[in-house]
Amino acid sequence: MSDAARYQVLDRAPTQWRDRLLRWETILLIVLSAVIVFNTLQSPYFLDLYNLSDTTQNFSEKAIVALGMALLILVREIDLSVAAIVALASLAIGFAARAGLAPAGLFAVGILVGLACGAFNGFLVTAFGLPSIVVTIGTMSLYRGIAHVALGDQAITGYPSPYTDLAQNFLIDWPPIYLAFVIFIALALCFGAVLHLTAWGRALYAIGNNPVAARFSGIRVDRIRFVLFAITGALAGLAGALLTARIGSTRPNIALGWELEIVTMVVLGGVSIAGGAGTVPGVVLAVFVLGLTTFGMTLLNVPGIVINVILGCLLIAAIAAPIVLRRAGAMRPRRGRRS
Amino acid sequence: MTRLVRRYGREILLALILVGLVLAVGARAPVFLTPGSLNGVLTDTAILAMMALAQMVVILTRGIDLSVAANLALSGMVVALLSEQAPQLPVIATILIATAVGAWLGFLNGALVAFVGIPSIVVTLGTLAIYRGLVFVVSGGRWISSDKMAPNFLSFPHETLLGVSTLVWIAALVAVAMALFLGRTRTGRGLYAVGGNPVAARYCGIDLDRQQLLVFTLSGAVSGLCGYLWVARFGIAYTEIALGHELSVIAACVIGGVSIGGGIGTVTGTLLGALFLGVIVNALPVINVSPFWQMAISGAVILAAVVINARAEKRRGKLILPEARREAAGALS
Amino acid sequence: MLATGTASRAEGVTAGAAPLLALSGISKRFPGVRALHEANLTLRAGEVMALIGENGAGKSTIVKILTGLYRPDEGQILMEGRPVSFASPRDAWAAGVTAIHQETVMFDELSVAENVFMGHMPVGGGGLVDWSAMRARTHDLLLRLESDIHPDTPLKALGVAQKHLVEIARALSHDAGIVIMDEPTAALSAREIDDLFRIVAQLKSEDRAVLFISHKFEEIFRIADRWTCLRDGEQVGEGSIAEATPAELVRLMVGRSIDQVFPKRPVPIGDVALEVEGLSNATEFADISFTLRQGEILGLYGLVGAGRSEAMQCLFGLSRPTRGTVRVSGKAVSFTSPADAIAAGIAYVPEDRQMQGSVLPLGVRENTTLASLARHVRGGVLSRSSELADTQRLGRRLAVKAAHWDQRLQELSGGNQQKVVIAKWLATNPRILILDEPTKGIDVGSKVAVHDFMVELAGEGLAVILISSELPEVMSMSDRVLVLHEGRIVRAFEHGRMDAAAIVTAATGGA
Repeated sequence: MSDAARYQVLDRAPTQWRDRLLRWETILLIVLSAVIVFNTLQSPYFLDLYNLSDTTQNFSEKAIVALGMALLILVREIDLSVAAIVALASLAIGFAARAGLAPAGLFAVGILVGLACGAFNGFLVTAFGLPSIVVTIGTMSLYRGIAHVALGDQAITGYPSPYTDLAQNFLIDWPPIYLAFVIFIALALCFGAVLHLTAWGRALYAIGNNPVAARFSGIRVDRIRFVLFAITGALAGLAGALLTARIGSTRPNIALGWELEIVTMVVLGGVSIAGGAGTVPGVVLAVFVLGLTTFGMTLLNVPGIVINVILGCLLIAAIAAPIVLRRAGAMRPRRGRRS
Repeated sequence: MTRLVRRYGREILLALILVGLVLAVGARAPVFLTPGSLNGVLTDTAILAMMALAQMVVILTRGIDLSVAANLALSGMVVALLSEQAPQLPVIATILIATAVGAWLGFLNGALVAFVGIPSIVVTLGTLAIYRGLVFVVSGGRWISSDKMAPNFLSFPHETLLGVSTLVWIAALVAVAMALFLGRTRTGRGLYAVGGNPVAARYCGIDLDRQQLLVFTLSGAVSGLCGYLWVARFGIAYTEIALGHELSVIAACVIGGVSIGGGIGTVTGTLLGALFLGVIVNALPVINVSPFWQMAISGAVILAAVVINARAEKRRGKLILPEARREAAGALS
Repeated sequence: MLATGTASRAEGVTAGAAPLLALSGISKRFPGVRALHEANLTLRAGEVMALIGENGAGKSTIVKILTGLYRPDEGQILMEGRPVSFASPRDAWAAGVTAIHQETVMFDELSVAENVFMGHMPVGGGGLVDWSAMRARTHDLLLRLESDIHPDTPLKALGVAQKHLVEIARALSHDAGIVIMDEPTAALSAREIDDLFRIVAQLKSEDRAVLFISHKFEEIFRIADRWTCLRDGEQVGEGSIAEATPAELVRLMVGRSIDQVFPKRPVPIGDVALEVEGLSNATEFADISFTLRQGEILGLYGLVGAGRSEAMQCLFGLSRPTRGTVRVSGKAVSFTSPADAIAAGIAYVPEDRQMQGSVLPLGVRENTTLASLARHVRGGVLSRSSELADTQRLGRRLAVKAAHWDQRLQELSGGNQQKVVIAKWLATNPRILILDEPTKGIDVGSKVAVHDFMVELAGEGLAVILISSELPEVMSMSDRVLVLHEGRIVRAFEHGRMDAAAIVTAATGGA
């Protein structure tokens, strides 16, 4: 034991500026600044408060779901059925609106349907030990299929204006802010606090890095997985309620392809698809990078599908860059030793 | 016989369900059982079956290729534009070009997975968006309709040989080639080894990087081939063709018993999985069920298939007790 | 007699030519660990070389370098005097080196024949795999091992020992000049070990070289001609078996005398802490019954795969038993998860430190508090200072060496990782501590620290269960030893009445 007395262990890691600079969040912040500067120089309409506020409408609903998806991917799971849940929630809201429910009731219906769908995903994954990618490809088909069966090629329209106004009008007039964006920011703060400050958040990192060791350490891994699926479902339901109000109609193909856009947000945000790494601030920054890039290119009249090409390249480059850099970094000292 | 049932139990079960399904539909609408109608089912399923087989090879090695449908659309658009520019091009050249374009796109996926080390789901999520967007870029957003394509380009998949369409013959050829490759070549058996136990596979001298490159290139090549066949069969090429088809392809694999965890999957099973989806799609209108049911039914079938597979695979404990070992040996020999 | 005969022939070979294979000045480093340092090894045709050393001494690293899985940082591999380099397992095969690995290299979903020939299947016309040749050759190889396993049997249907035979068949399938056997007998019964030794003798008579790695001196003295000893990655001696004694080799391996290594002290034995009665599950263990008292160290000995870990993991709530009762301090308990077991005061330090014991990418502090996070919550939020206090207290007590308490566990040496894992469990204030191979693969210094600590904890009234495959460890540390064979307790030995030969006989299924 005298050995230990001689041996000095520091309380925390010594600050290293190089590490801080190479942090994913720092890189995203630099990219975000570059996007803002570039777009400001390209178009006088970019730095317009009303334009910026309008553009939040294009990503806030997806970003809300991305918060839940981030936690799922952090624990090595994924939910590809989120867009289908949006559709199913929207369908339920449509029926509820026909039955004359108040706006608050419509939101509750959306969230509850989403919660149920997410819980079903979580049940299938945890009770049978199934890979979530397969389960949610199945439920994605099932949930959206139900919307197709119920609606055929019809649409539900004519939502009451007290409901649609919630999403279509500013929540407050100055500064001009929409409800969806406020909800996103509020939820991001909650999710950030839970993930980074609580025991529960620590458990998520443990599961994501080594689910076996987490289970051996007394963490109820399956219960946590189930809860995360349910939460993500509920968020998708909430997004469905916001989206339905914003566009004022329900069609079976509503939110088609969102699952991949949401996964892109999360992965670009620095959440490792292999699990165990990632932060809420990173995801929030990625949401802004993607949202503002899209907005800037729209101002330059780039077609949406071409924007997708650029975002796809951005995704791959963003993931590849640190791997390539790390490898280059690892090479250097080895070469030095040999010479 | 019992040995055969044990070994191919899942395939036999799936085949029986499939035959039962076909007969049940036939009982309600006898027209479904006519040779013409059945050829239609096979023709409709051929592309899905080929792509499912290629996807299976990727999944066997613990990867996934989400870019197959976008690859199909891009390769299909390239040959459609080519046919518009050079109508005299022979079909075999078209097929080779489509396959080569697809293989190249697949190779890019493979290189990013193998050499950069990005997980395949992330790579193909990205290239899915890129390839789909490039369809728009190369075509300028135009629709290339059948009147712009050469007649031989269009007619090839529809020609019949012995009452079965060329499309089905090509799929059969791909299936046989795949069965030989997976069952009878060192590389093919190596894919199962890597999927089952990547560390042990390295001990056996299998080059994992080369294998990744191979499976993604293969998956791309088949997608490219299917790109031509799709465009020619439906007589149209535009940006959104086969949108979301990658999920049907994966669904066919899952129904066919391919384990997403790698190392498990057979050609027969995957073909049956694709046929299962094909029969459902074709049977619904025949028995007057709205085609809007199709998606919900395939979702339910996927879930049923994975739950059944999981129960069959239910992780047993190690065989330590002598009586447990005897029992297991008795059950499997 | 055999040994001397071979030795003289080997000398004859030496006079004419360079050794079949020689490692000279091999060094290999990993982050935080010096696995090998200027190690030497020579293998001669027709000779069995025993490579001895403690866990973590670098034996497996040598195997991995010889089979092309690792490349040495420094040093040379010489084959018949010519330098070679193995970039992949294929290169090693091509040079005629094959190995029976310690971790079985297996594909559960494939057939026995495919497992044997994976990576070098016989091909016939058109480049297609020749299945009938593969079956026939597998059949022949298994016949040599006197096994009647059918080549088409799926591997998942085999038991541990049978799988090991397949592994041996796999190594022999290469028809290599050099055969490495890394603890080949760990899971085998006495009869199967005899078969294996017959094969070793056959290989010798065919003028092949065998590198034999084993912990069991009895085996080494039975079949080896020469020995090389590693300690902490360095070669500390070599010589002829005929001139060596077990005591001498142990001293070389450990670098100190046995008494210092095992500091067992008698401590007062207290009340009954744990009663297990008839614990069974379907395939892994049956009728496990014992009582454990406070202050007592109970040893569980058996071959690898005897069901010891499985039974203890069930006790810890990781799996559900089919039968049996467990009482903790007299109260019947039934756990649905480890969380329940931890709440009842049980801690389990698993055998697989890296996969089950620790979260390598997380820091020392995060690992230390992982099983007791609830203690550090203040107003719903984790208190860093409270976590740090516990980490410092336990880290210092166990003499954990790290640069700082937030250093990632993967950057620490194996011994320090293990100390952190033990610290994690002590942080839960357990009354019953189950240690599963706690000193496997860690350096001698850490090993001593773990042993010291075990005794200290028993002295404080903890009840300890020690699963160990190291006979000296389990005999010296335990108050009582239970021997398991094929999932059942076959014998019990009290302290002072332990007999190494009797324990080993019981563990291998002898009377």
